[in-house]
Amino acid sequence: MDISSRLGQQWFGNMRGDVLAGLVVALALIPEAIAFSIIAGVDPKVGLYASFSIAVVIAFVGGRPGMISAATGAMALVMVVLVKEHGLQYLLAATVLTGVLQIMAGAFKLGTLMRFVSRSVITGFVNALAILILLAQLPELTNMPWTVYAMTAAGLAIIYLLPRFTKAIPSPLVTIVVLTGVAIWLDLDIRTVGDMGELPDSLPTFLLPQVPFNLHTLMIILPYSATLAVVGLLESLLTAQIVDDLTDTPSNKNRECVGQGVANIATGFIGGMAGCAMIGQSVINVKSGGRGRLSALVAGVVLLLLVVFAGPWVKQIPMAALVAVMIMVSIGTFSWSSIRNLRSYPTTSSIVMIGTVLVTVFTHDLAKGVLAGVLLSALFFARKVGQVLHIDSTVSEDARTRTYTVTGQVFFASANDFSLAFDFREVLERVIVDVSRAHFWDLSAVGALDKVVLKFRREGAEVEIVGLNHASATLVDRLAVHDKPDAERLMGGH
Amino acid sequence: MTQSLINAEGRVLAAIDSSVYAPQVAELAGWAAARLGAALEFVHAIDRNATTASPDLSGSLSFGAQESLLAELAALDEKRSKLAQAHGRTLLEQVQARVLARHAVNASLTQRHGALVDVLLDLEPQVRLFVIGARGEHAGAAPEHLGSNLERVVRAVHRPVLVSSGELARIERFLIAYDGSATTRKCVEMVALSPLLRGLECHLLMVGREDAQRRADLTWAQDRLIQAGFAPRARMREGVPDSSIASYLREHAIDLLVMGAYGHSRIRSMILGSTTTQLLRSSRGAVLLLR
Repeated sequence: MDISSRLGQQWFGNMRGDVLAGLVVALALIPEAIAFSIIAGVDPKVGLYASFSIAVVIAFVGGRPGMISAATGAMALVMVVLVKEHGLQYLLAATVLTGVLQIMAGAFKLGTLMRFVSRSVITGFVNALAILILLAQLPELTNMPWTVYAMTAAGLAIIYLLPRFTKAIPSPLVTIVVLTGVAIWLDLDIRTVGDMGELPDSLPTFLLPQVPFNLHTLMIILPYSATLAVVGLLESLLTAQIVDDLTDTPSNKNRECVGQGVANIATGFIGGMAGCAMIGQSVINVKSGGRGRLSALVAGVVLLLLVVFAGPWVKQIPMAALVAVMIMVSIGTFSWSSIRNLRSYPTTSSIVMIGTVLVTVFTHDLAKGVLAGVLLSALFFARKVGQVLHIDSTVSEDARTRTYTVTGQVFFASANDFSLAFDFREVLERVIVDVSRAHFWDLSAVGALDKVVLKFRREGAEVEIVGLNHASATLVDRLAVHDKPDAERLMGGH
Repeated sequence: MTQSLINAEGRVLAAIDSSVYAPQVAELAGWAAARLGAALEFVHAIDRNATTASPDLSGSLSFGAQESLLAELAALDEKRSKLAQAHGRTLLEQVQARVLARHAVNASLTQRHGALVDVLLDLEPQVRLFVIGARGEHAGAAPEHLGSNLERVVRAVHRPVLVSSGELARIERFLIAYDGSATTRKCVEMVALSPLLRGLECHLLMVGREDAQRRADLTWAQDRLIQAGFAPRARMREGVPDSSIASYLREHAIDLLVMGAYGHSRIRSMILGSTTTQLLRSSRGAVLLLR
């Protein structure tokens, strides 16, 4: 199909559904953007501008139509310390740098690295994210007057019960409107969004981050930008996969990486914080009938208009209402089936999932959690494949020759088992090691084979290796010493 | 050159959907397959568009929202696909029976998932001639508009496309729209080489001011066709290509128009509306588009 008609399909193939869903998403984005700004420690307007800019830019440059990107909790959590120690301007500079790094990742096609992130790690990532969002709400729920708890409970009741009666209006919006109305009417003395910082009163304008442009600044922001870039791409690619599955349509992952980068650069220059794709909002979008690029554009534009022109009312929203919405987001993001599956899935998968969650929750860094998860799954995989090794032997009738038959994979995880399978005490004239059904993968494997051969030779046996397959043979030729003339010296003896 | 022009081992592939044009497409395909002595295949593309369950605008995420949404959407798609499959099979079997009865050609039947143009591109290596309807199953609302699929298909594929654009008793007379360009010379060459139109009444029309160059171009085409056993009636007319060709088609009751497809660039045709599109729109018989 030619490009222009495919693009037309992505923009206008589902106009009614996209516009409706975009409206629902815009309303759901407002509380989230405010809440995530508060997590990051910046004014609500930083998150609101970011959500507007990222949603709109991604609509044009993203690789996954129908996915919603904006200011996110995962990213907000990474920037807390940077904001606390260096202030907003450094965050804006870090946001631009994050975008540059993400574009580079897309250009080098690093999206394909996602295949090393196993399903268990992804589940762990999602669950950790849900837990972190929930934990971030705790400051609003500790040492508060009883009215806050009552309001939050009422908010949750509306969010979950209203859809049973009507699915025509977004229940989080009703929650916010009702709770704000009640708070104003009863003149309750509780914290509101207005207490948390400045809200946007105008359309965003282009501005350069007010930081000194030198190496020192770069050294401050680079570690944060690198983490932001990784976390942003992880969540974006993961969300893209979820939307792919939900809609049964393909997406362009590398284009998405570059798109996220472009969106973050644009966002840094209009005073917004770094963001990425949002699992919860994307699910809401698909559920509301959004499929095309138009949905993200509508969401971003409507969000900005609502906030700029309804600012005075947005200020009055009680924090309890936001907390209720964020609890909903947390519950909706958490993979509840993963708890159920703990019983039936292999223990190692569960350990990887839980390990990812624990590392993330304790470090407040999704990148570290995913790294831990990937390492764990690699180790478990190596262990598992290392068990695919079997060594049999038969002795000749005159008891002078023994033939060992090796079947399976020999590498660092199984090299030790390999060496232990031979009986060096037996007195033999000749040893035949048949490795025609084995594969030698690395230095450890070749080293183990060398050791076995030399040990038999020292006991006075002639050793013959038969059936090294081609791949193993190349590796052995390159690395092994036993078939080279000065073998004994090279092995060092003992 | 002859080998690259015609894929003689290929079969005739006709795209069938549930539009009212399906029987005509089948008829045309049967006729072409019989004349070419080629195998005939009917294909039905199941293009599953964006599935939207009755939209849930509640904007709330409950326990396991993602899993339940996936299950719901998958179930909906499954139901639609099953219906579309069964429906497509019925369509295919109907046209198969019809073509067997009228042209003694036993067609094979294929169903594939995907947009029509992608399906046809997948199958193109084994194809000699595509047959499709000028309008698809969503036609009717705007009869002057071509089917959304047609233009995409014609631009994408490289083999000849036979377009059925109206009720047709049988094909007796055909017209080659000729302008002396490389594309239309290739059309003449292909008509001369193929058994498809052999023995039919042949018209050759060149639109434009008469001069020595055009005269020579026309004579070349005429000679080439005579050499291939046709008795072409060559004409030269002044005027705008679209309307001149359209009126010639009416005046001489031409059944089939043979023309080169989409000479213009994409941008230019968006602004001007290419001759090809104009003629497809006004033709009431069949059109053979050659690339």
